[in-house]
Amino acid sequence: MPDDLPKTKSELDARFTELYRAHLRDVYSYSYYRVGNHHDAEDLTEQTFLQAYRHFERALRESNGRPLRPWLIRIAHNLAANFYRDRSRKPESAIEDADTISTTHTTESLVEGREELKSILDGVQQLPDDRREALIMRFALGMDNREIARALGRTDGATKVLLHRAVRQLEGIVAETAADPVAGESS
Amino acid sequence: MSSGTTDFEALLREALTPVDPPADLVARLELTLVNLTELAQEELDAWELSAMRDPRNWVRPAAAAVVGVTAGTALVALRVRSRHRVRKQQSSGLMDLAERTMHDVADEARRILPHR
Repeated sequence: MPDDLPKTKSELDARFTELYRAHLRDVYSYSYYRVGNHHDAEDLTEQTFLQAYRHFERALRESNGRPLRPWLIRIAHNLAANFYRDRSRKPESAIEDADTISTTHTTESLVEGREELKSILDGVQQLPDDRREALIMRFALGMDNREIARALGRTDGATKVLLHRAVRQLEGIVAETAADPVAGESS
Repeated sequence: MSSGTTDFEALLREALTPVDPPADLVARLELTLVNLTELAQEELDAWELSAMRDPRNWVRPAAAAVVGVTAGTALVALRVRSRHRVRKQQSSGLMDLAERTMHDVADEARRILPHR
């Protein structure tokens, strides 16, 4: 058993507080890009931390000192899957306020590229679930291959291939939309 | 990896910029966790001692106790920390800040852990 495991309840609670504060934004970002709107993203974030709360001690024990972010994101991932199954619905076709998000980029070059960013966000929503999730984890959360592999329950090698294929497919979707914007809107 | 791919990945990173949670989410999340804690406490309070004679009933209150202790103490810390900036603004000096913090800890502990 690792030496840095909490020895008292208060230490355990302090560790949970650290986890919560360090990763609230990660869980919320993942949830938002996964479900496509703020309302459901808030619910998903809330449920994720409640689940994490219940199983935190065991997770710490079994993590062998490894970071717990992949575990948290895996909880969100599983809850999101249940969310769609229970409500019999798919992610919304586009992020609800992609324009708003894009306006947070302030340099002139990025403002010029806003349509391209929106096109990328729309394309992300068209990807198969596993590819979309891998891209969200890599580019929105900055997770490395190993973390993503743990979150998705895959090997490091399979995750590398998954990411590569996801980027390739997204590039294709974006290029197709640029060549034929009407077809892109109808997809 | 080609520069085209690198450029595309840079755009992808820009498109998927991290999203800050809405300001009220933290408060709502804490409140939900507090409610969970209070539910666990109420479950313990409402448990009839006579039911405890039946070993089949032991699991549920034991689970409630675990949730209550873990969640409660963490929430005291969370809530006290979340108000640090406000206390700092209101304080006239370090001693005053320390005193306000101690009061806050005591108030939260009384509110969240009323029977311990």
